[in-house]
Amino acid sequence: MAALFEGSTLCALSVAQNCTESGIEGIELKGDDDHVVVTDSTRSITVYKVSDQKPLGSWTVKQGQRITCPAVYNSKTREYVVVTDDKVIRVWKDDDISLDKAFKATVSSDVWRVHSAPDQEPVVLFRRGAVQLLDSLLAEPQQDVENILSEEEVIRWSTLVTSGKQQWILYITEHKGEHCLHVQSLGNMSRVAYRLEGTGSTSLSYSVSPRSGNLHILSLYPDGCVYESIVPMRLPEGVEGKVLPLPRTLLLMLPLGEGELASASAVPLDSAHVAVVGVPHPSAGAGKDYLCIWNTNFQTLQAGKEMAGRIYGQLWCYCGKLYVPHGKALSVIPFECQKSSLAAAMGKLKQPGGCELNPPVPVASWGAVTQEQTSASAVETRKNRLTRKSQGASAIAVDQLIELIKTGSEDQVHKAMTSFLSKSDLPGLQLAVGNLASALVTRSLEEPSFYPHKVLVQLVHTKCLCHSVCPDLLKLALEKKDSALCQFCLQVFPDIPEAITCACLKAFLSTPDSELETVTLETDSVAYMEGLSAVTVQEKEENETQQNGFSTPAAAEENSSEAQHPLHQKPKLASSMSLDMTRPVGLHKAVLLNEILQTPYSDSFLLPHLKDLSAPQVILFLQYLQFLYVKYYQEINTQVPALRSPTMTQIIDWVCMLVDAHFTVLVMAPEAKELLAGLHSFVKAQMRLFTGLGKIEGSLHALKKAKPSKDNSQYSIEVIELF
Amino acid sequence: MIFSGKLKKGTIRRIMGEFKVHRVRFFDYMPSGIRAIAFNRQTERIAVARVDGSVEIFTILYNLFQEKVIPGKEQRSIEALCWVGERLFSVGLSGEIIEFDLHNLRPRFTIDAYGGPIWTITANPQGTHLAVGCEDGTVKLFEILEDKIQFERNLDRKKGRILSLSWHPSGTKIAAGMMDMIRVFDVKTGHAIHRLLVDKAAGAPRDQECVVWSVVYLSNDTVISGDSSGKVKVWDALTGTLIKNHDVTKWDVLALSLSQDETSLVAGTSEGTVVQFQFLSSVLGKEDKEWVRTRTFKNHTHDVRALAEMDTAIISGGLDTQLVVRPLLEKHDVKSQASALRKAQFPHRRLVSCAKKAQLLLFQYPSHLELWRLGEGEEEGTPGEKVPVRRIPEKLLQLKAKGEEHIFCSAVSPCGEWLVYSTTSSLRLYKLQYENNNISITKVSKLPKVLRWAHQLCFSADSSQLFAASGRSSVHMVSLNPEGCKHKHTFKPKNGSTQPIHLLTVSENGLWLATANSDCEVHIYSLSTLKSHCTVPVYRSGVSAMAIHPTKNNLFIAHADQQVFEFSIELEQYTDWSRKVQREGLHLKWLERDTPIMNVTFNPRNPDHIILHDMYMFCVLDQSLPLPDKKSQFFNQLTLKSLPEQERKTRCHAFKVCKLFQPLMCVDVLEDHSLVVVERSLLDIVAKLPAPVKQKKFAT
Repeated sequence: MAALFEGSTLCALSVAQNCTESGIEGIELKGDDDHVVVTDSTRSITVYKVSDQKPLGSWTVKQGQRITCPAVYNSKTREYVVVTDDKVIRVWKDDDISLDKAFKATVSSDVWRVHSAPDQEPVVLFRRGAVQLLDSLLAEPQQDVENILSEEEVIRWSTLVTSGKQQWILYITEHKGEHCLHVQSLGNMSRVAYRLEGTGSTSLSYSVSPRSGNLHILSLYPDGCVYESIVPMRLPEGVEGKVLPLPRTLLLMLPLGEGELASASAVPLDSAHVAVVGVPHPSAGAGKDYLCIWNTNFQTLQAGKEMAGRIYGQLWCYCGKLYVPHGKALSVIPFECQKSSLAAAMGKLKQPGGCELNPPVPVASWGAVTQEQTSASAVETRKNRLTRKSQGASAIAVDQLIELIKTGSEDQVHKAMTSFLSKSDLPGLQLAVGNLASALVTRSLEEPSFYPHKVLVQLVHTKCLCHSVCPDLLKLALEKKDSALCQFCLQVFPDIPEAITCACLKAFLSTPDSELETVTLETDSVAYMEGLSAVTVQEKEENETQQNGFSTPAAAEENSSEAQHPLHQKPKLASSMSLDMTRPVGLHKAVLLNEILQTPYSDSFLLPHLKDLSAPQVILFLQYLQFLYVKYYQEINTQVPALRSPTMTQIIDWVCMLVDAHFTVLVMAPEAKELLAGLHSFVKAQMRLFTGLGKIEGSLHALKKAKPSKDNSQYSIEVIELF
Repeated sequence: MIFSGKLKKGTIRRIMGEFKVHRVRFFDYMPSGIRAIAFNRQTERIAVARVDGSVEIFTILYNLFQEKVIPGKEQRSIEALCWVGERLFSVGLSGEIIEFDLHNLRPRFTIDAYGGPIWTITANPQGTHLAVGCEDGTVKLFEILEDKIQFERNLDRKKGRILSLSWHPSGTKIAAGMMDMIRVFDVKTGHAIHRLLVDKAAGAPRDQECVVWSVVYLSNDTVISGDSSGKVKVWDALTGTLIKNHDVTKWDVLALSLSQDETSLVAGTSEGTVVQFQFLSSVLGKEDKEWVRTRTFKNHTHDVRALAEMDTAIISGGLDTQLVVRPLLEKHDVKSQASALRKAQFPHRRLVSCAKKAQLLLFQYPSHLELWRLGEGEEEGTPGEKVPVRRIPEKLLQLKAKGEEHIFCSAVSPCGEWLVYSTTSSLRLYKLQYENNNISITKVSKLPKVLRWAHQLCFSADSSQLFAASGRSSVHMVSLNPEGCKHKHTFKPKNGSTQPIHLLTVSENGLWLATANSDCEVHIYSLSTLKSHCTVPVYRSGVSAMAIHPTKNNLFIAHADQQVFEFSIELEQYTDWSRKVQREGLHLKWLERDTPIMNVTFNPRNPDHIILHDMYMFCVLDQSLPLPDKKSQFFNQLTLKSLPEQERKTRCHAFKVCKLFQPLMCVDVLEDHSLVVVERSLLDIVAKLPAPVKQKKFAT
């Protein structure tokens, strides 16, 4: 279990309204775990005692100077180090009052960061990738610095990792959309570059933790996925100049409400826990201002805390405390992660300890395999590049399309969408379609004049959509009275909530037939309903001509309204309750109602919503169900072929539910009386038929059972053959 | 070839591997429920006591194998078992303490405790004293001496029966489970230190008592109890307070067993479940541990009456008669034979003997024997179909055993004229005579004095001699004559082994006798010189079945770990085929089988064919065919059937396995070359068991 405790505010942030930056450049430990150095991008550096939430000292650079790197504390020499204006390194002590009077040195190349670890010499990382120890640099500030990275390659993130006596500088660069991880060991100054796998999008945050001989790199992507990559501490040799592929494994999939993450950050707390800020709490709506601790072993949320105000996607973790800038404050939140013994009890956890040196990088991935192959054959490489390019193209297309949807006209969107759908058959289609649909629906809701019916139908037809991906789509269709789209959605979506199903039903029932007849519906279902009606006519004719002397006169003579004999039932019913019923609703309405009947539901959820129907609606629907029921009974041997047609059970279930939900209404309503009586007599007749069938089944079963008992004899002589 | 007696004139159909099979299902074997289990950690043996008073010794080394059986006795009901070193003690409702002689498979001595029925027995961890709990409420201490036990004293007598006992590991305190309470006694003074009251199940009638079926006393002064209200309770025995109450079942918790390191406890319930508790801290690496319920195993349909926890598995047994060894998978890193669930449902020795010439079957029940004559059918039949039966099988004889003791072993001679059985104290030989349809039976009155009892019995192929395995691995040879029987010789192993013989086999030509004993030793004696011939090199695992080839005089041995060996008696060495098997290794599917080979016979028509069977299959082992390699399909009969004749040859391998008949008690070959298989349906056994406790199932 993990827990977040009551936090405290370390300092206030001076943030302008609507600013996406917190104004904090960085937070570094100062020697022990109770002092931190907070570097403010507005020119000041402050040292706080965390337990007292009290500033101990503050230094400011002159107007016109910029701090370009968070200040670090060198615990060996008890000095602070900061870089201003990219090239000027300033070093001062606690008793120095002004930064101007402190030691400064100008170096020949731009500095990206200065990193420091307790009791270790600070390390300087230059923008072009060179790494130098601070004291050796300061000994000769104007020395030439090697350029490792090309001009265009930009460092996005860097850190210093210490494990035992070893230290590594890790930094991630971006170059033409490709992200590379560079690992530089400070011991022997060897450097290895890895290409990060599948980086179509830029990661929001990176963090590293050394664990059992490996460096675990955690990255959070805007789609809510947290990936882990593992790099061995003992860097592979003889790979100078090569770029190795770095596979990643999905560690955690964070639930996102809508849209992508913009500013979020993830930090590993221990081998099983990750702290995430800026991601919605799964049970608290769409707000993204939460700090959560997730267990990566079990994919469970362990603790969550709402952070007031804006989240800047920054998160630091030092000595059991999380530092989160949010709103107008920097909060310090202590946490605790306990290792559950559940895994140990279940034998899923190997004995802790004693596993200091694991074999490095056990993970392989398909991506890695193909990458290796690329280096093997040149032809492969080209092909690979091509596919990658095409994938990249389509990924861009989705973004472009979403942009287009936000502004473009219906026609433009329609064209773009057609071309997009015709091209893409990639596995990510599902995701893309979901995003596109959400974007379309959002625009349509905001802009009443915009309603791209065709595009939506197109999207639904991909069968990649479901209700939960885009919950507003069906609501929108209902609002716009787009019955055709409703029909497609009802057909395709497997997960429509019962409330929406009921809303659709209500809408269909209340829409006048004349309005519906103009709508173009899916032809197969229409044809089916037409077929069903045609059967009626045909049946009627048959009824008159058939029965070669079989029981019709006898049945007609009986004056009871109930069928006496199951076999005589059909003609009997014809006399008792007008079997040549006309369809109580229009053709198209019937088709739509059929779709409702076929949607999956759970009756306990459906019942409360069914109660919303008004009495005339209930009676109309019940009439229609009765019509279907009787029709089905009649055409039991002349089945109309159709891809989708409600089954007998579905019809009967709906009748039951409807009667259940509106029992009192139906009892009270005079116009329902005849309907119910008819239904009752029909059901009663059916019951008799089925009791008869039940008896036959019983005796047939007994016959079947009687046979194999012979096989179970106490003794037999058999011939077998072995080969 | 067709294995039918006479072939029709001129029509000699030569089809390889066609068998006429007498499928027999009228052996109503009924195993008895398991009442107590004791696990001996040093020797890795499990002692199992059944409701009928019999005791079985299983070994868990190299598969679960039943090594020894001590037959039961009317009126003997065993309530508890206890190992002290290699000595095994039992108590029962007769009020007596019995020590078993595991070499001669009989009670060594019996002592009355004079306290009424005894419910429980435990030895202190030091192995010096036994404590027994009696119906009259006394806990009696017995001192364990070299060859007996001696009553020492009673602890303070309290009202109410003592149902369960557990020693504190220091041996200074005893916890006793009673009616409605647990008492903790100080052994030195004999006084009760604590009285822990156990409350009844909620809603139980006031007069219904809560029975503490089982207690365990831990070294950290925790007492854990299982009771009839379905609860496992954890008590602090220093303060006498209840620490934790686990509601396990609506029915009874009948048995508890603690692992040796005291971190795991299993509880057996009336529902047939075994619930595991573990001593864990909720946070990894912290000290504050508590007993947490972790897993539930359901391998039984009826009461789990007895349990034992080994280091890597849980052994459980109950009224559904099967012994289950459930491995704890977290203790096994690789899938192996040790990590498989094992069940012992049938005894691993033969209860059926077959008179090959006379076509008779002798069924051995605990207290009676049945002799059946097999039926006859038409000569010809097509494979896969039944042959019309011309004469139905007939029960010739039902012979009730004299006295209270259950039958140990029995045999019928190949000619069907002699019948012999032995209990632990008497051996009876009968002469049978058939006249038309009448059968007359006469007891042979004057038996040689050495034939007082036998562990195993066997007739020579010509029915002229009877071999009886007796104590100290010796075998008596007795010649049979209608006039009288004469003791000819007693064979004794050279190494003076004291273990009992469980398998005897005589060669068809009457020249060789082979014996196998519980020490895994196989001795071969020459019947012509009446001397010990040689000893087969001892293999680690017990012999489950063996037989001497009628023409080649090779001894074929099947072991409990599924290895097979062929030993040439004349050359006194393993045959080339056997070496080949060891070199190439057996197929994994063969080694993974669950039950040991129970019988070995030979196909008289083809000297290369050896017929083996276990509970789930029988197999014709063709020594002329290549052994299956690791990749080939082992159970290939269906595949071969579908292939054309020419292709079959390339796909054939030595093991022709037939699983048509299950579960098997016996497979044997008759003189007319037809097979007889005796099946006993497990469903029939379950149907005869008492109804299990009622459980609410979903939607009922």
